[in-house]
Amino acid sequence: MTDTAPETPPGPAPAPPPDSARSSGAADGEDRRGIRLIEVTKRYPGQRAPAVDRVSLTIPGGEIVVLLGPSGSGKTTLMRLINRLIEPTSGTIVVAGRDALGLDPTELRRHIGYVIQNAGLFPHMTVAANIGLVPRMLKWDRRRTAARVDELLELVDLDPGAFRGRYPRELSGGQQQRVGVARALAADPPALLMDEPFGAVDPITREHLQDSLLRLQEELRKTIVFVTHDIDEALKLGDRIAILGEGSRIAQYGTPQEILLDPADAYVERFAGGGRATRPLRFCRVGDVPLRAVPEAAPGDDAAAVRERIGAAGTGFAVVLDEARRPLRWLFSEDLAGVSGPVGERGSPSAEPLRTRDTLQQALERLIQIDRECVPVVGARGAYQGTVTLATLQKALREMRERARTRRPDTARTVDTARTVDTAAGTEET
Amino acid sequence: MSAPAAPRPAPAAPGAGPPGEPAGAPRAPVGRSWRAFAAPAGVLVAGAAWMLYVENSGLDAIERRSLAPHYVWEKTWEHVQLTAVSTLAVLAVALPLGILLSRAWARPGTPIVLAVADIGQSAPTIGVVVLLAVAFGIGFWTTVVALVAYGVLPALRNTMVGLQQVDPALTDAGRGIGMSPAAVLARVELPLASPVILAGIRTTLVLMVGTASIASFVSSGGLGDLITTGVTTQRTPVLLTGCVLIALLALLVDWLGGTAARLLAPKGL
Repeated sequence: MTDTAPETPPGPAPAPPPDSARSSGAADGEDRRGIRLIEVTKRYPGQRAPAVDRVSLTIPGGEIVVLLGPSGSGKTTLMRLINRLIEPTSGTIVVAGRDALGLDPTELRRHIGYVIQNAGLFPHMTVAANIGLVPRMLKWDRRRTAARVDELLELVDLDPGAFRGRYPRELSGGQQQRVGVARALAADPPALLMDEPFGAVDPITREHLQDSLLRLQEELRKTIVFVTHDIDEALKLGDRIAILGEGSRIAQYGTPQEILLDPADAYVERFAGGGRATRPLRFCRVGDVPLRAVPEAAPGDDAAAVRERIGAAGTGFAVVLDEARRPLRWLFSEDLAGVSGPVGERGSPSAEPLRTRDTLQQALERLIQIDRECVPVVGARGAYQGTVTLATLQKALREMRERARTRRPDTARTVDTARTVDTAAGTEET
Repeated sequence: MSAPAAPRPAPAAPGAGPPGEPAGAPRAPVGRSWRAFAAPAGVLVAGAAWMLYVENSGLDAIERRSLAPHYVWEKTWEHVQLTAVSTLAVLAVALPLGILLSRAWARPGTPIVLAVADIGQSAPTIGVVVLLAVAFGIGFWTTVVALVAYGVLPALRNTMVGLQQVDPALTDAGRGIGMSPAAVLARVELPLASPVILAGIRTTLVLMVGTASIASFVSSGGLGDLITTGVTTQRTPVLLTGCVLIALLALLVDWLGGTAARLLAPKGL
């Protein structure tokens, strides 16, 4: 399961004990769809240093694992070893419970989806023909293939009627990439390899494609190996991230938080480097951090009572909610000075509220924009949940850092701790 | 083609039409109007007009014998046969060889084969055909062999270049989704290379029409006979008729090649 494969140590390493020791119960089910590389080495003739040097990596079933590294770190090589576009010199590769090296490579690849940069669609085939390639190779009949093509087009948000018969060059880059993903999913493979798939599209489209991929993944739970050099993309998509250095050395393998908050060494720290302080803001959701409680009031409440409540809470202000608990206004103690009777329309209008699924970064931006120290947070149907202030954000960041620090020593060893890490990562993705 | 501008052997052969169609053309239906057939019709009209003019220009006995319609027709037909057979032979050699040489494991052999093909093209064809005739006797097939030696290079080059300029990302994608090497070749590489390969075939065709005139040196017929007769008997009308008909035939064949290239090129490129 959670094999936090530490850096492959140079020198004779023992056979991979973590998995065999741990693969009991639940791990088996995951393993059936997962991918394992064991002591994999790739040596090119005429080169002294191996391109991939004794790498062991366990990719749990149903997760997105991002291989992240600068160009030349061998991340693509490592990925291509999995579907044997590159033959390993030595080592073992297990894909979905089967020894990949014992299978016919062509047959193996038909059961592993493959997405590349620029989609790699065949320009002389229609969208339908492109998507239907693998099913046809697997001897599906025409009707089943056609039905599957339409289903997949729907899945990637393209209208089958409009796109089925088009040629790739009539599609935008983003649409091509969607078709590329559909083609990879065509025969419903348990695993997907994606080689910088969104590298060549504009930032807005990339954002869209990433969101679609996450939405798809929620539904399909494929085992995805995703190669990128973009740390932000890795943080956004990865359930786990493997940071690669020279010779595909795995510098660190862990959840996005672990990578950011507790880098294993200077290399990882440098890689996760720029804007490290603000990065957690970008992938943590407002709903995940403790919000500030503020006294609540209704327009019909008596001013004196509200004043008392504000005094008791020590906040200096209260929030006015309507019947559906939607936030209306802030009510400061000054607004209520000498007022009797219902609070009514008093107070200053609250800004556009944040939603629980907004990131902390969006919260920070809103705080700076509105020139006020607090923003209300709403959940489903606009119902008030709590308030975000600068102090809330600061506290959340500090806590995350501390959590990572205390978790660190035993992450690699005990399953239980790893589980809690999982849950933390899980909530973040929602 | 959007592929990087590969070093392409200039397919501009004698009489080749406009080399590139506008980008939108491949999708437009071929023969969408009478204009598609204007070129061949013009060629046929020109040929007929020339024959009418020549036949009625007061020929002497020798000229009349050499320009008798059935005789000219027979020579033209021989010429067409020579062209067709040698082109087919060239393709039978050049296409498989080009495909073979574009495989990764055969790359080391490429310079050798290209050198041989280069020799074939640069050796004077008349010399070759005469030498062959001395060695194997005169006849149709001797000429075909000489023509093939001469014509292999452009077809071979275009086949190789066409296959080499296929985006490696696409062959990689093909392999990555589980196509066998043969399937990658048949369904990805050859279709994508076909425009360049077809251009090579067109060049070969036009080349063969022109070069087939040398057949008359080894008594293999063809329109070259009219030229040799015209020269040896000093009869300009005969000489000119041979030249005009070969030129018109080249134009017609080029049109055929162009139409075939348009029809056969995969859509969507």
